[in-house]
Amino acid sequence: MRFNDLTAHELRGLLLRRETSAVEICRSVFDLLAAVEGEIQAYITLDRAGALAKAETVDRDLRDGRELPPLAGIPFAIKDNMCTKGVLTTCGSRILRNFVPPYNATVVERLNAQRVVMIGKTNLDEFAMGSSTEHSSFFTTRNPWDTARVPGGSSGGSAAAVAAGSAVCALGSDTGGSIRQPAALCGVVGMKPTYGLVSRYGLVAFASSLDQIGPFTRDFTDCALVLNAICGHDERDSTSAPGELGDFTDFLVDDVRGMRIGMPQEYLSGGLDEGVRRIVLEAASVFEQRGAYVEETSLPHTDYALPTYYLIAPAEASSNLARYDGVRYGCRLENSTDVIDMFRLSRSRGFGAEVKRRIMLGTYALSAGYYDAYYLKALKVRTLIRRDFEEAFEKFDLLLAPTTPEPAFPIGDKTEDPIKMYLSDIYTLAVNLAGLPGVSLPGGFLNRLPIGIQLIGKPFGEGALLRAGYTFQQSTGHHLKRPRIRGEA
Amino acid sequence: MLTKSQVEHVALLARLYLDDEEKERYTTQLTKILEYARNLDELNTSDVPPTAHVLPLQNVFRQDVVGPHLPAEEAIGNSPEQEDGFFKVPRVL
Repeated sequence: MRFNDLTAHELRGLLLRRETSAVEICRSVFDLLAAVEGEIQAYITLDRAGALAKAETVDRDLRDGRELPPLAGIPFAIKDNMCTKGVLTTCGSRILRNFVPPYNATVVERLNAQRVVMIGKTNLDEFAMGSSTEHSSFFTTRNPWDTARVPGGSSGGSAAAVAAGSAVCALGSDTGGSIRQPAALCGVVGMKPTYGLVSRYGLVAFASSLDQIGPFTRDFTDCALVLNAICGHDERDSTSAPGELGDFTDFLVDDVRGMRIGMPQEYLSGGLDEGVRRIVLEAASVFEQRGAYVEETSLPHTDYALPTYYLIAPAEASSNLARYDGVRYGCRLENSTDVIDMFRLSRSRGFGAEVKRRIMLGTYALSAGYYDAYYLKALKVRTLIRRDFEEAFEKFDLLLAPTTPEPAFPIGDKTEDPIKMYLSDIYTLAVNLAGLPGVSLPGGFLNRLPIGIQLIGKPFGEGALLRAGYTFQQSTGHHLKRPRIRGEA
Repeated sequence: MLTKSQVEHVALLARLYLDDEEKERYTTQLTKILEYARNLDELNTSDVPPTAHVLPLQNVFRQDVVGPHLPAEEAIGNSPEQEDGFFKVPRVL
């Protein structure tokens, strides 16, 4: 039986009706992997034995008539920057190529409590710094819709796995667009929740005030189910938001009547591909036809988001990545003359070009004499960017925008010019700076490549995103299309 | 415009070694990125408070009691060199 087109909630139905077993689902994923993974290369590490053992325990409990959590037996992929106890966690970096965490990230523990079946750990740009997976120290993941193109990044492996069918759901992390941008380029649903909704404990830190974990899924029902599983306060992350959260599946309503949707004009001009623009406008008319009010609005400081982000994120990264010194974990270079020499040798050999570039940039922006001009200035502009959104949300329930300026680009197209690569995230960065929830969903196709549209919500307004996204998917069906990959039966 | 000696100084602060080719490349690229960042100077921010963090949280404390924790040997198990339960490093002085 072919499972790789199905969603988690559909598989759940088959499992409960005993029309299949968790082991059968798991085997079908590894059969598919045998056929397509050579072409796609979504995973850094596969855990076949662990996955099958987990699936067997789910089947045993099903046979015994025990009640199982909503995601029990569902094949999951985890981005390789989240700690998995006893399973290699590399962050796509040579410096962590042998790192086996002695503990689980909170999200991994929560998925374990759901009894999901973890297939493996997915590829990413080194330490999540990049927009294509080309900055992974190991290999570049391919876009399942066209293997000459990038899957996006940094969570490109997770997005490609869900699109290809080698996972049903996946987790990614999003610091400036690293969930939404690859979700757009691979034609799946990818949500970055509000900063603080999901615990970051055990997520290897890149830029701590911006990082947030979120789901990749094939539709909004699965998105709500994964959010339910991973969200909520965690005392091990002091920035995790306190308070009770409801059931996100309550927002899966096929109705947007009365919703007020703003379209920031700054997101529809400039370097935006004409075809992508058309798809965003088509989405706007879908929402209008379904009874929402759609109106143009403005976020006047939009052009400043990119330079603001590329000061703040590298500054935080330069501090966070100071811990890779060859002492406590990771790789160390031998034959050093003293401890400083050992630090410098280990870091220089362990980090790739993009990571070094960002450490250099961040160190400079924080250094004596430049702190006020660069870092502090960026923090102040961050306030202005945030206020833009606050003003827009006085009038609107959510904002509609493109996720990316263009479809998936060819491998090698942007690796020589860092600013060109950074521009891939031009429509996603501001959401992280403001700490808001954002989701990319399949909005249509251009030359057989998927195009994502982005919905941006108020803080802790994931419910409005789920309701609008669910209504859009019920009205269009773009999310039902699947790529066909060479080698696939 | 960043100079090569500034790049060398930043590399020391960042505990990196750069070869000549990297020094040249980063001098050019960082200059370009920093020039781009100067766009922010168009904005008057004299009365704007900085945002380091979006959440209205301050001083999150927990009870000062020992909770579950990793055994020491597991906690240091990933270190490249150990001795008697300690991290081992090359000479410091």
